[in-house]
Amino acid sequence: MTLRCTFAALWVVCAMATVASAQNMQLELPKNVKAGSAVSISTAGSGKAVLYIVSPTQTLRRDVQLGESAVIAPGELHNAGHYSAFLVGPSSAQTTEFDVSSERPSTLSFLAKPSRLPVDLHDGISGVVYVFDAFRNLVLAPTEVSFELSETGGATQTRTVTARNGVAWLRLDSAPKAGSAQFQARVDGITEKRVVQQVSGEPCNLRMSARRSGTRVELETEPLRDCKGNAVPDGTIVTFIERNNGSESTVDVPLKRGIARTDLPANDGATISVATGVVMGNEIRWPR
Amino acid sequence: MINASTPRLAALILACLTLGGLAMPAVEQPLVKVANADSVGPRTLEPQTRAAVVRDYLASWQSLNRALDENNVTRLDADFTGIAKEKLSETVEEQYRLGLRTRYQDSKHDISLVFYSPEGLSIELLDSVEYELQLLDHDKLQATQHIRTQYLAVLTPTEVRWKVRILQSTPQ
Repeated sequence: MTLRCTFAALWVVCAMATVASAQNMQLELPKNVKAGSAVSISTAGSGKAVLYIVSPTQTLRRDVQLGESAVIAPGELHNAGHYSAFLVGPSSAQTTEFDVSSERPSTLSFLAKPSRLPVDLHDGISGVVYVFDAFRNLVLAPTEVSFELSETGGATQTRTVTARNGVAWLRLDSAPKAGSAQFQARVDGITEKRVVQQVSGEPCNLRMSARRSGTRVELETEPLRDCKGNAVPDGTIVTFIERNNGSESTVDVPLKRGIARTDLPANDGATISVATGVVMGNEIRWPR
Repeated sequence: MINASTPRLAALILACLTLGGLAMPAVEQPLVKVANADSVGPRTLEPQTRAAVVRDYLASWQSLNRALDENNVTRLDADFTGIAKEKLSETVEEQYRLGLRTRYQDSKHDISLVFYSPEGLSIELLDSVEYELQLLDHDKLQATQHIRTQYLAVLTPTEVRWKVRILQSTPQ
């Protein structure tokens, strides 16, 4: 009987000691760590416990010996965000929160729009950059982003914008001269390039001439240019219309080497007009 | 075997299902506050766009919760894309491998739209969010924690809805 009581008392004492040591367990780690860096998590107490590090973007689980440090290896905890750390022992749990912040910029997501646009358009080109670190975390610290739009053999527009909440953006004018331009964004030596094609705008002056060729009239436009003197691209459709006594003949002609040519029946009293896109050209009454 | 008691049995099953449904804990809708979006730029934000973005962002929290609670990556398909989807999918796979599940029951959102890109292809918001986190290890509840933090989300338009492309909590 005495022996049994002694064992029971010992069991109670041991159990109480275990609970006490588990309740004394502690969890210590920095409040903010850089993504991908090693983390040492101090624990106090004795016995075994499980350490959980939890966030929607990463979860870790470790069996730990209380009183020893748990080490998260470099590169293991790499997703930026707010984390909860739980140290769960046999009879109690410790909880803390910490943040993993993004590392220095490593990649840029650069969206340049549009890829093709008319010349001389105010605020026609937009550039948006999202700045990421090597672990694809958005870099939230204010970061200087340099934008540069260089036209072939022409001027260069340069502007520096500070990225806020991971994003920097700007708008630029397209050049007065047609051609391709290189649009680049740069952060700390990391460069992303895009090509923006600047094409001539709407034809500025559409003029045609006519001359008789047997029973037909030959029509030819002057070389088509926009208001800045850029040649309108070949393939642009020019429409010739002949109206005579209520009837109408239409011919669509693609521009070749800047000029559109066709022929129509030489009807006396006919009116011939020319148009391309929203631009109307001159009108000819036949015969002249 | 079908006999005379089949309609009675069916009625009993229906009653059980109905009562069972009533007995399930109701999922509370989070409190949502959206700040005035007048200063969002550079693109003008129409009220319909604003409403759609907020609606789809809030729906993404439901998907996130279900995916991480059930360890089911397909739950992410409707609301996430790009980096956010890849990172959340990795967490789901990690949890499955470790025998863990997590529940993120959002209770409060305070949303500010901060950037709408010039070409309309991305929108960024900040959300001061509160949620209840539950951690289960092999279906045993290990810890519960009430969390208050701020999230940054970038959403991009898809065919029918806005999807979360970046979801990252910002340091306190």
